[in-house]
Amino acid sequence: MTRHLYAELSWLPRPPEDFGRQCRAATEQYDGVGARIQQLARYALGTNQLVRLAKVLDRAKEAGASVAPLIPFRLGLLANGVTDVIVRALRAGAARHGIDLECVSAGYDQIMQAALSPDSEINRSRLDAVLIAIDYRALPLPITPGDSDAARDTVARWHQALSAIRDGVRANNDVPCIFQTLAPPPEGLFGHYDRRLPGTARHVIDGINQMIVEQVAAPSDLLLDVAALAETVGLAEWHSPAQWNMAKLPFADEFVPLYTDHVARLIGALRGKSRKCLVLDLDNTLWGGVIGDDGVDGIRVAQGDPVGEAFLTVQRLALALQQRGIVLAVSSKNNDDVARMPFRQHQDMLLREEHIAVFQANWEDKARNLRAIAETLSFGLDALVLLDDNPAERALIRRELPQVAVPELPDDPALYGRTLAAAGYFEALQFSAEDRKRADFYRDNARRINLREQATDLAGYLASLQMEITFRSFDSAGRARVAQLINKSNQFNLTTRRYSEAEVAALEQDENCFTLQVRLTDTFGDNGMISVVICRRQDRETWEIDTWLMSCRVLGRGVEDAMLGELLRAARVDGVARLIGVYRPTERNGMVRDHYANLGFGEIDRRADGTTYWELATDAVARDRPIRVRREYRQLAAAPA
Amino acid sequence: MADEDIYAKLTPIFRDVFDDDELMVHSLLTADDVPEWDSVSHVRLVLTVERAFGTRFAASELGALGNVGDFVSLIKRHSQHT
Repeated sequence: MTRHLYAELSWLPRPPEDFGRQCRAATEQYDGVGARIQQLARYALGTNQLVRLAKVLDRAKEAGASVAPLIPFRLGLLANGVTDVIVRALRAGAARHGIDLECVSAGYDQIMQAALSPDSEINRSRLDAVLIAIDYRALPLPITPGDSDAARDTVARWHQALSAIRDGVRANNDVPCIFQTLAPPPEGLFGHYDRRLPGTARHVIDGINQMIVEQVAAPSDLLLDVAALAETVGLAEWHSPAQWNMAKLPFADEFVPLYTDHVARLIGALRGKSRKCLVLDLDNTLWGGVIGDDGVDGIRVAQGDPVGEAFLTVQRLALALQQRGIVLAVSSKNNDDVARMPFRQHQDMLLREEHIAVFQANWEDKARNLRAIAETLSFGLDALVLLDDNPAERALIRRELPQVAVPELPDDPALYGRTLAAAGYFEALQFSAEDRKRADFYRDNARRINLREQATDLAGYLASLQMEITFRSFDSAGRARVAQLINKSNQFNLTTRRYSEAEVAALEQDENCFTLQVRLTDTFGDNGMISVVICRRQDRETWEIDTWLMSCRVLGRGVEDAMLGELLRAARVDGVARLIGVYRPTERNGMVRDHYANLGFGEIDRRADGTTYWELATDAVARDRPIRVRREYRQLAAAPA
Repeated sequence: MADEDIYAKLTPIFRDVFDDDELMVHSLLTADDVPEWDSVSHVRLVLTVERAFGTRFAASELGALGNVGDFVSLIKRHSQHT
């Protein structure tokens, strides 16, 4: 059942009856042949068809034609069993992921020589990556049940050999190495005891795989987890001794399309082709039924309901993807308020509105919606995946927007999640805190755009933002960020005075300075530190505003008014009668030339170089803005008499 | 399984593997007659036939094949066991 999912690449559409004819026709003329090859690669191709498509690619390259938009990638192959057919299948499979793959193979059984000799073809060629495709037959793998020392030696010798290979490659080509893990044998010698007993095949291979992951693969290298792939389809199916005997096939021939797709995914990921956004249809994709007809009570998404559970699996996967940084969007043919009801009201829903970066529920055609989603997120269409139960919609998008990945889905919704996961659209090469937050960043950003389009009056818009501003003196916690803003802000920067971090630290202690670091949060999230102000006491009655800078991200929100209000308040408490503002023009800060004028300051001086001085009495009142204020700062010590 | 059924199933396979939509598959056909029939495509042929007929051929059986007629006989023997 699900073995077919992997062997047949069931998430890809079936190739047309006339696939062969289309292959031949593809090179009748060479204009756009690259796009045609990629289009043909998008079907679920068997090994023979991949080989055939590789021939099309060959013909195009031999004729000197451009295969754009496929981007070139040269892969070195150090393998003890990658047959000629696998190489051809790799090249066709890579086209599916937008890659024009060329392979440079070391000869069979020549892995060590090819890696270590500077004269080998591998080492003389300019490569983009090297795939070290070895299996358990590549090096001696003595089975020594019960002998831990011998087992440790075996792992150590494999470690040595693989490190030598990697170092040999790196010395000549400073490119990532792709290391394969080994697929363990399907049967044990001792039954269930094998994994516990050092020296058995299973135990030794576990050790070798762990060694590869922990010690051989450098951070810039990649892992092709063949062990995981083989286990997913079943070790008993993966290994085929008969096919090895017949034709040195390293694994069962029926998995060639799967294996090549996985290699292609890694190469695609290296070239930034991993997808970034999952667009979800709603009716019968995220819940059973049609919300417009069935209502919140009628849709099937409850725990304990087998139909509902199937859709919860999809939601669970989508949520997990969102939490690892994949952006979620919704595209549904529904009224917007109706479509949102389950997210807002249904207690069993796992996905909520806050998880969705862009929510397009309307009666437009889906292609338009997908284009709008891509534009809102500033993504290319090739960053999108559409999950939709409706085959007609899937076909429409495949025709109109071929760059969008649209997985074929089985009839049973219980398999939707599995199918999406198997398709591997979101191949990752690393995972960091930044990645985790990425989906939230896109969501926050997109929602700000949406909201601005809906609000027609400024006051209403500003109020809807539910802004909260926090004022704090300079402190050690904020020092680095304060210094960063001081040194990087160029546009909204009144005086462009630069201070080192040490100087900023000194300001924290300076009794004659009033400092502010300003944070802003709104309904969409935390904008972080967005403004820095430094006031210097000139005399008993005067503060001069030495530095006032702000992040352009929060323009047009009245933040400057809230800040002025705060400065006036603090100045009054200090017994100061007037604030002096200074504007020093530079090439980049023309936008704040009238900043003080806008805040009600009067101009008191203008120098030849354009510097202007401004003054405001501290009993002035700043414009009222719908921003809640929190303050956590120290007052200046009382001015000396 | 009758011979003509086997040939009916084999013909599209041969045409696909050897990239020749006009290829006529008959009992006397050998590798010498087909330009694309080399050791690599021979492996592809065997594997594709195995999948299409749901069977596996032993190495010794494959070694004894002289022409397509022999292959059809082999397939027939295997299909009788199902």
